[in-house]
Amino acid sequence: MKEPINYIWIPGLEHHAHVTFTWVIMIGFMFLAFALRGGYKMAPEGLQNVMEMIIQELANAADSVMGHHGRTYFPVIATLAFFILCANLIGLIPGCVSPTSNLNTTLALALIVFLLYQFVGVYTHGFGYIKQFLGPVWWLAWMMLPIEIISHLARPVSLSMRLFGNVRGDELVILVLGFLVPLVLPMPMIVMTILFSVIQTAVFVILTMVYISGALEEAH
Amino acid sequence: MKGKKRVAALLILWAILLAAPMAMASEGAAAGAESRYDGFFSYVALACVVGLGLAAGGGGIGMGSAVAGVVNAMARNPGLYGKFFMILFIGLAFIESVVIYTLVVVLLLLYANPLL
Repeated sequence: MKEPINYIWIPGLEHHAHVTFTWVIMIGFMFLAFALRGGYKMAPEGLQNVMEMIIQELANAADSVMGHHGRTYFPVIATLAFFILCANLIGLIPGCVSPTSNLNTTLALALIVFLLYQFVGVYTHGFGYIKQFLGPVWWLAWMMLPIEIISHLARPVSLSMRLFGNVRGDELVILVLGFLVPLVLPMPMIVMTILFSVIQTAVFVILTMVYISGALEEAH
Repeated sequence: MKGKKRVAALLILWAILLAAPMAMASEGAAAGAESRYDGFFSYVALACVVGLGLAAGGGGIGMGSAVAGVVNAMARNPGLYGKFFMILFIGLAFIESVVIYTLVVVLLLLYANPLL
């Protein structure tokens, strides 16, 4: 089924709007970074002030969830947070599409998180990382190993499905309400969508932090 | 007695819901539309709405009880607000994700039906 094209597209990518808008967000972040780097001041004002506040809040959250490991993995966490928040919110601009309303984007993000925390676990504990999969006592290991493997494999699935389902569901609700009553009724839902975008970003980022700190801690 | 009446009403409602697609299917057949998929889409729509409704109901009950517990805990010990909030957040995300799975299945059935 071909969807009607009602968004801005570049030739050759008509049916891959999520790629286009991922690039849009990336370019926007590059310009933002260059703009911030140019006029960096000791006494922040304007844009720098806002960004410092956001970064500070994120760093506090990372510290409270991950303890002293928070600062090590802060860059990837903050990158995920900024990208997902902008990707969720860009869908509210007419003519734009949320990259996260496509399962490919969210699955890519979830796989990044999955590979990252498994790699962190192996890097930190070496071969002893397998102890986390074997449960508390040795004679239960035969049963715990498949359960733990399945639960670890379910993590990227649940991360990607949750983000995709939320963003796509919000879009569809706005669409359906817009079909029914085009004038005023979709507006509260749009406000709710802004709220849900922020909440889903927070959930994704907090779960990332929880997974990484789970991979870091010693098996018990 | 009241409970029995309620059960009976629910059963009748269920029967009507189940019968509706068949009635529509027979209408379609009467109109001369020869197709393998007579009534198929009605059943798909029914399954989507009922399934998502059940999932949302279950998720709502779970979330309500979770929030009630956390509000109790916060009232007893306001000092640990941040910690409770984080636990509530993660728990709600997990509960919600189960409902979202149903939503994804519903979207699959509606937009990219594998049975078709």
